[in-house]
Amino acid sequence: MEVTRRQFFKICASGLGGSSIAMMGFSPTPALAEVRSFKLARATETRNMCPYCSVSCGVLIYSSGDKSKNAKADIIHIEGDPDNPVNRGSLCPKGAGLLDMVKSPNRVKFPEVREPGSNEWKRISWDDAISRIAKHMKADRDANFMLQNKDGVTVNRWPTTGFLASSAACNEAGYLTVKTLRALGVTALDTQARI
Amino acid sequence: MALQSLDIARSSATTTPPPSVRQTTEVAKLIDVSTCIGCKACQAACMEWNDIREEIGTCSGVYDNPTNLTENSWTVMRFAEVEEAGKLEWLIRKDGCMHCADPGCLKACPAPGAILQYANGIVDFQEEYCIGCGYCVTGCPFNIPRISQKDGKAYKCTLCSDRVAVGQAPACIKSCPTGALQFGSKEQMRDYAEHRVVDLKERGFKEAGIYDPQGVGGTHVMYVLHHADRPQLYNGLPADPGISPLVHLWKGFAKPLATVAMAAVALGSLYHYVTKGPNEVSKELEDELEKEDAL
Repeated sequence: MEVTRRQFFKICASGLGGSSIAMMGFSPTPALAEVRSFKLARATETRNMCPYCSVSCGVLIYSSGDKSKNAKADIIHIEGDPDNPVNRGSLCPKGAGLLDMVKSPNRVKFPEVREPGSNEWKRISWDDAISRIAKHMKADRDANFMLQNKDGVTVNRWPTTGFLASSAACNEAGYLTVKTLRALGVTALDTQARI
Repeated sequence: MALQSLDIARSSATTTPPPSVRQTTEVAKLIDVSTCIGCKACQAACMEWNDIREEIGTCSGVYDNPTNLTENSWTVMRFAEVEEAGKLEWLIRKDGCMHCADPGCLKACPAPGAILQYANGIVDFQEEYCIGCGYCVTGCPFNIPRISQKDGKAYKCTLCSDRVAVGQAPACIKSCPTGALQFGSKEQMRDYAEHRVVDLKERGFKEAGIYDPQGVGGTHVMYVLHHADRPQLYNGLPADPGISPLVHLWKGFAKPLATVAMAAVALGSLYHYVTKGPNEVSKELEDELEKEDAL
């Protein structure tokens, strides 16, 4: 762009004039500043438990929306549950980053099976998964159940299947777990809380 | 909504006094270095709450991760290995904005309303008004603000002003599993810190003390240090931080002079226009120049 001497003076004068006017307080004032609004104000709060380790810290999961019919909820934030006696609101770095585990592209979201001899994971339905596990358990129990030990004492043992119980379960759920598994004869019963 | 709960005490590049009738409790964060295990839950919680994510970096051979504050990491744990009386000490300090009572960033900032200090003591950046000049970085005695590569604006810890505004503790404080981070009124935090100092002294740390530097008018993020006599042991925490004299010179002394100079130029131009008028070319000179052009 070519600027003549005269144009150059005009540019200078208007620039100086404009900035002087702004300095004298004629500039548009910025709108009043505000802190970022609290993002959980009307989010839905759901109690849950951190799935990582056996400490099982309580967490509050916040999802967008109020559960109304047409609003599809999405988890927007997770923080510690202050009412949970285990962690009283605090979390470890993994727990504090739980949101990214929920959103992780690598998270397994449905049951998958790798058939014997195959190297591929195949998606199956929950119904299929549960009946498949039940069938395997039944077959194993039928084949290996011990009514008596070698001295002829009745033991009713199922020694070939183990069970790892949840550490996040409450006393009542723990009681039911033991009751069910002992009824089946399972001897190798443990909980993640002990590991 | 925000203005009722967070009155503005000071605003950058603004001389109009803010409303100041309401009396707000001053808040403070206390970082007890002696009970911190360096787990970085605070770092994770900070990113999660503030919707920022650090890029995945590389291991630099030490535990510092990321190795420095960035526009995405408003707090980082700094690990220092020092030998004290023949014994190795692993000093872990959570670094981040100190929320000074006399903030150097706010003093240096030329953009009106880009940096605010609330009456409760929080110093907050308003990115909408930030012009990305980086003066806050120069003005800060703790080297905290970072300019984003993405939008050219300055970012730092807000002390979760959005959470504090609704009566909640900042995200880092809530997550801390050892209780090394505490939050409350500044008075409460000082009381708690003094109790910690007594405990540390009983355990043999004779120089234990509170870090609340008066050079910046005190801070709303305080440390309990085992070696309060030498804060620089904790990865270069300044012993006596203060705002650079250049900021005072530039913003205090030079600014009114520049205004006067600008006004003088404007007045001088007007005077010149009135007395001399526009620069006119005489008819003879014009003819002469035209003849020269024709040749």
